[in-house]
Parts: sequence; structure tokens; C-alpha cells
Amino acid sequence: MKQRLVVIGAGMASGRVLEHLTDAAPDAFDITLFNAEPRGNYNRIMLSPVLSGEKTYEEIVTHDDAWYAERGIACRFGEKVAKIDCEMKVVEGEHGHRPYDKLVIATGSNPFIIPLPGHDLDGVIAYRDLEDTQQMMDMGPDNKVVVIGGGLLGLEAAAGMAAHGVDVTVVHIMGHLMERQLDEAAGYLLKKSLEDKGINICLQANSKEILGQDGKVRALLLDDGTELPCDLLVMAVGIRPNTALAQEAGLATGRGIHVDDQMLTSDPDIYAVGECVEHNGEVFGLVAPLYDQAKVAAHALLDKEAAFEQKTLSTKLKVTGCDLFSAGDFADGPGREDIVFRDPSRGVYKRLVIEQDRLIGAVMYGDTADSGWFFGLIKDGTSIEDMRETLIFGPAYQGGDTADPLSAVAALPPEAEICGCNGICKGDIVEAIHSGAGDLGAVRASTKASASCGTCSGLVEQVLQVTLGDAFQMPAAQPICGCTDLTHEDVRRLIKGQELKSQAAVWQELGWNTPNGCHVCRPAINYYLLADWPLDYQDDPQSRFVNERKHANIQKDGTFSVVPRMWGGITTPEELRAIADAADKYDVPTVKVTGGQRIDLLGVKGEDLPAIWSDLNRAGLVSGHAYSKGLRTVKTCVGTDHCRFGTQDSTGLGIKLEKILWGSWTPHKLKLAVSGCPRNCAEATCKDIGVVCVDSGYQISIGGAAGMDVKETELLCQVQTEGEAIEVVMAVTQAYREGGKYLDRLYKWLGKVGMDWVKAQVVDDLENRTALVARFELSQSIYRKDPWAEHVKEKAQTYAPIADFTLEAAE
Amino acid sequence: MSWIDIGHIDEVPLRGARLVKTHIGCIAVFRTAEAEVYAATNSCPHKGGPLSEGIVHGQSVTCPLHNWVFDLNTGEAQGADDGHITTYPVRLEDGRILLDDSAVTRRSAA
Repeated sequence: MKQRLVVIGAGMASGRVLEHLTDAAPDAFDITLFNAEPRGNYNRIMLSPVLSGEKTYEEIVTHDDAWYAERGIACRFGEKVAKIDCEMKVVEGEHGHRPYDKLVIATGSNPFIIPLPGHDLDGVIAYRDLEDTQQMMDMGPDNKVVVIGGGLLGLEAAAGMAAHGVDVTVVHIMGHLMERQLDEAAGYLLKKSLEDKGINICLQANSKEILGQDGKVRALLLDDGTELPCDLLVMAVGIRPNTALAQEAGLATGRGIHVDDQMLTSDPDIYAVGECVEHNGEVFGLVAPLYDQAKVAAHALLDKEAAFEQKTLSTKLKVTGCDLFSAGDFADGPGREDIVFRDPSRGVYKRLVIEQDRLIGAVMYGDTADSGWFFGLIKDGTSIEDMRETLIFGPAYQGGDTADPLSAVAALPPEAEICGCNGICKGDIVEAIHSGAGDLGAVRASTKASASCGTCSGLVEQVLQVTLGDAFQMPAAQPICGCTDLTHEDVRRLIKGQELKSQAAVWQELGWNTPNGCHVCRPAINYYLLADWPLDYQDDPQSRFVNERKHANIQKDGTFSVVPRMWGGITTPEELRAIADAADKYDVPTVKVTGGQRIDLLGVKGEDLPAIWSDLNRAGLVSGHAYSKGLRTVKTCVGTDHCRFGTQDSTGLGIKLEKILWGSWTPHKLKLAVSGCPRNCAEATCKDIGVVCVDSGYQISIGGAAGMDVKETELLCQVQTEGEAIEVVMAVTQAYREGGKYLDRLYKWLGKVGMDWVKAQVVDDLENRTALVARFELSQSIYRKDPWAEHVKEKAQTYAPIADFTLEAAE
Repeated sequence: MSWIDIGHIDEVPLRGARLVKTHIGCIAVFRTAEAEVYAATNSCPHKGGPLSEGIVHGQSVTCPLHNWVFDLNTGEAQGADDGHITTYPVRLEDGRILLDDSAVTRRSAA
């Protein structure tokens, strides 16, 4: 007698079970198929092409009515199953019972809906079935849509709608797109190409509330206050296995329905396959393992031997023009190394992860032609020992060349600006070279490129090299570090010229050969980006040396020193009392007066930093930035207030300068002083910038030092008014910020650009001086603030251990 | 091997670290990528520098005191420096960081 088989759910996994069963043993079972959706099996992963208009629904139906009829399968579509009775071996449908001998549960998954206020408004949908797809297809060029979720599904939904001209914004909580499949570099390239398709992308964006009007969605509100208007809101943030029926029936479930290697549940007559199952702690969302499961379940139902094994998976995005591939394992695991290849001119990024001579993971963007070969190496665990050197070039290129270090410059378009001072583009230089300029001097003479501040000399030489090839002998230049062949000057110019506004953009477009830099280049790049794009770039604390990350100076025993600011060296009894109280309260072992006219509390424990800052803040004291590559102090003498020789209010000017300059980041530390007369008690002539007051005005001199090198300042100019003195100081600071190499003190920068150039920029050219001041002010609108107060408010918990096991053992 | 939940991965900054205090010393938990964590002793074998305060890059950390660089996979010092830090098994499950319990429990007096 035929056995009765009931299948719950007509999805891709159960569809495949039925194919295997009816092909192998057409008469073994009397089959009944329940499906809550009013239709049979279609290829759900092809919904994206349907959405974008590349396919129709009819083309993605895998099993039509005729198919079910031919195989004698009784279809109960549009009928929900209310209950499974394992004792009686009966499935209770809405329209009647059906007894079974064997049961297959394939209830799939439910989209996860974030329970934001407003999630139940009309126009808030998931991206799961044909109905959702239809709603998205109804959107047109007059509509705005917000998609929450920058994973595979969310991006396919966004790209599909953008193809119809819909104004789409993707809101993603993480720092880069598809973070589960891609690393930052590939995520950056993906974002760039989606933006080129007109899709807006908000990263690190937290959704707060869905706003509605008359019961219908109107906008998404982010927690930074941004409102994104929309006619439709798609949540594509993940799926949850649908285990409700199985759970009620008393089957073992966790995240999904527990199954063994034969896809058998905790009941010996019930199998489960697809997105609803959990096997060895894993749940499944991609189609390949579902098909494997289907095959195993079909074999088990026919008493044939088979076992489900989890395999390495790969991902491709079904968005036209975004060529990406990822496979294998990036997370965890000891003893791994990376091979990275970038070709900025073609927008190509490839990264291979290797462990013990085996390839275990791969990410590719822009050129995925060899992805199948790499995937094969991962799956088969092939030893790559012999081809390690050339592996990244793919199967056709074993034994090829290494990447061209000049590719970043070669990739620049002719209109890319090389010399910012004189506005000279790459094309101008190439033209000059073709007209006979054969070396740097000749190019400089004929185009003026690199003839002013000179920081672009390296780039001009590279253009010479790219244009002339071997005919040009490249002078040896020192690259920033092992991650790149470019010098500091090259990178600074390229960041501005190519408008690179993130670290990932720098790594990719300039061909970094490591995934995310090192301790040498990261602080430099972080500084260049924040100095050049104060409004666009967000400072990255993880790319800063500990002192600047924790706003205190680390000492050799791991404790910190805390130096509050004393404007111009002036303090009050109240401030001194607050400092004394803090020293008592936090057991500060050493209290010392610094060379910059303030007080240093040495030996503060890292965990106490937020608390001591909070106490000092209460007395009106803020960070002294005694740790920063930025403005330190403005040292002053007492000036006309008390001194019988004083010619101007040096203390007052010092305080004004410190209030204007504090919080600004510079290539290296920046120390100032203002002396009230040429006796120079504030020692202004060995500072980075010194002001000496005289009867007729203010002498401003720059480029002094009293450290490893001792240097006297050189006179920049003399001005008549205090206001003018302040402007010149701001302008020269900004010029140093914009042109200086990271970790070059001002005098080193001065040595490179020359005093004549600085004078031309900030003394003679008033228009340029004003522009420098304006750019400095723009940056200071972001950075002129107390980091201590900010950390006390927002980051205090990060100063404490994440876990402390020394406390609980006391029990 | 048993695992102890020490916190959520979002509590550790990307390319940063947090400290775990134990009776046998401090352990630094490093987050090298969106979903990649490592654990090692917090103390540099050179002069005891706090590694959790170092710059994290690739799968390495640079000691903040004198720039020794350690591979977090093997614990070996890189380049010309010669030294080793103890690493501990750590894994991620649903965003929770799980540390091998032998890393945090007090060793017996024997």
C-alpha cells in the first residue's frame, strides 16, 4: 500500500524534495502539499530580476499546475495549516484533516521586522514574496523609497527600484555595506557604484521611528534627527526560521527546527528542510545548502543512505554592473594571512585569505572572472604552496608580473590636478613632457608645476616616469610605510586632487597593499583626511596613537598624565583648589609644573580618567591637549598689566590666540609664545610660532624649536594691530596644516617650502590670507571643543574593562 | 573547553580593543574586522606596554610604548623584534564574544 506523505510549504527546498521523490519512485507515496501562499513553487531568488524588470513572474515559476497534476500531487494552496498532531499523525488544515505516514516540514522563514514605532503603518513592507515585489514594482520616478538594511536583499531591492527611476535611499546600521560578505575595501567600491546608479546610501545610521500620516508611512526618522521622506519603506534586515508549527507540535527547536544529518526532526516520522531548520547550530538562507538538504531528505524518505554536510558558501550580488564575489571564511581562526591586490584604474579589489597553504576565503570586486577557480581552491582545500606568489593573478597568470606601483598615478585622468598652488593638471604636465621637458626642473620651468610649495614634486616625477618610461630615472623617494609606494606628499596631493574622503577610499584608490594600513600610515592618513575634509571626514580614534585616543599622556607604567588648560598661563585660586582636590581624590603621586606654564597630574589610572575630567570640568577646566599633534599652549609674559618694560598686552594676546587655536590638529605639536617686549621672557623665539611685542606693533616669527633640534625663529613679518597679528598666526597655522608632512614640526615644513613662499601666501597676498583664515575657522567649527567633556558624556564606559572577573571570585 | 560570555562585539570599537580583568592578569580582546575578534595578554613582553591601547591593523597590534608589532594569530612579534604574547581561544556567536574559560579562571595552587 502507498504511504501517505504530507508536505507543508511549497518553497524551493520542498519543491526539490518532490522532484527527487517523484523522479526516483513515482509510486512510493500518496502526496498532499499544503501552501499558505495561493500558488505553487517559484524561484524566490529570482524575485530581484522580476523587480528590476529583467524577468516576469511567469518565467520564474518552477512548478506549474500541470507539473503537480502529472505527478498526482494533491495541492492545497492558499490553505494554512493550523496544527500538527504527532500522536495521531494528522495535519489539520483550515479546510480539513489529512493523516500522514511521513511528514515534511518546509515552512521557510519570516522576514524580521524591527519593532520600531510605526512598523505597522501601511506602506511598511518586507522583501519576501511576490506581493512585496509587486508593491515595489508599483513605485515610479515620482516616488521616494527607503530601504532599511544594506545586506544582499536590501541592496537588490534598492537597485531593482532604482532601475525604474525611483528615488531610493538605503539606511544601514554598520560602517560598510554587506559587512557579512565583504570587507571594507570591497564595501567602499560597492557603495561607490551604487551611488553612481543614483542610490543614496546612509551608513552608520540608526533608525529611530517610522513617521506616518493618516495611517500611511511618511518618513523614516534617524536618531541623529535626519528625516528621510518616503512613500514606501522596505525592511530587509534578515530572516527568522518559521518554527511556530513545529514548536507547537512539540518538536525540538532552537533558532530553527533541529534536524540530524538525515534531515530528521526529533520525531522519527517528521523531516524538515529549508530555511526553517537548524543543523549543527547553523541556519540557512542561501539556496545551495537547501538543495543539498532536499536531496538528503528525499533519499531518507526512500530509505536510501545520505547525509547532509555543511559546505563553504559563496555570494554574488544580482545587481547589474556591481561585480562582486565573496566566499569562505574571514572571521576567526589562527595563523592566517592576506594577499591583497588593488587596481585603482579599473576599480578592482581582490583579497585572498590563506591559512596553512590553503585558501580559506576570497573577496573580489570589479573583476570576478576567476571567482570559480578560487572557489574551487577553497572547497577542495588545494595546497597553494607552489603558486602563492602569483595566486592572486588567477589561473591564467601563474608566473606573471607584480602590480605596477605607479598605477595610481597612471590611472589619473588628464584633468586631475597635480599642483594645487598653480592649478596644473596631469594633462598639462604630459603635454609639457611631450614638448620636450624631460626632468623635474624642465617641467617646473615650462608649467610651473611644483614650482611653489614643492610638495607635489613626487607626483610630477611619477607623471614623468609614467609618460617617459625607462627614459626617466626616478629619484628614490621614501614611501610612507610598507603599505604603499607613495610618499606623504604624493598621498596628500592625491587626497585633495581625487577628493578622497575616507580611509577606505585612500586604501583602494591609491592601491594600498594591506587590508587597512598599519600603525605608521593610519595616523598620518587620518590626519590628512580630517585636515582636508573637516566637514566630510569623521576623525577615527582607532587610527590615533593612544595619547590622542585617550586624551592623556601614557606613562611607562601604563598610567596617564592629566594636564588641564590654563589659558595663556593664567589661573585662579578656584582652579588651583580644584586641581589640588582632584590630586587628593585620585591619589595622584606626582604634581609637576610643566614648561608650558601649567600643572601636570602624573600617575592617573586609565579607568579614573573620565571621573577626574568630570571633576576638573566642573571647575571650568578643559583639556590642555598636552598629548596632541595639535596646539599645545601659548606661553606668555605678564606684559603691560604689571611689567614696567611691557609694550603691549602680551598676556591678553596669548589668551586670545589660545582660545582661537585650541583643539586644532596639526602635522606635529604646535607651541606658541607671546613676549611683551624684546627681553622676550616668554622665550617666543624658540617656538613654532612666536610673537614679540614692540612699541610699533607685533613681530611674528616662525620655525623655532627647542627639542631634538634647537632653532631660533625667522621673522615672518611685523604688523601694527593685534587683530592683524591674530590673522597672520591663523593663516600660517592653516598653511602648515594643509601642506605639512605628518610628524614634521613647523620648522621642517618651513625648510621645504621656504620663507619666501610662506611670506607670499600669508603676508603679501591678502586675499589668500583671508581664505586660509576662513578654512581654519571652518575646521575649528568642528574641532574647537573640549574632548574631555565629550568623553565623559559619551564614552566613559569604554575606559572601564569590558568584563572583570577579579570581582566575582570574592564570593 | 567551556566558553564565557564577556560582552557584545559592538562594545569593542572596530580596529580597537577592550580589557578583561582576571586573577591571572589582564587580557585584551581585539576586534580586527566587523566580525573578527582575538584575545591575548595585555602585556607586551618588551616593557610591559598595554597592548589594548595599541593601534590594531590587519590581524596585528602595535604596542603603544615602543611599536613592537604582534601577529594576533600566532602571538609572535614581527620584524626584527623577538618575543611572544600568549593568545587565548575566543569566538563569536550571534554577536556575543565568548572567551575560553581557562583564560579567566584562577589556576590551582598546585
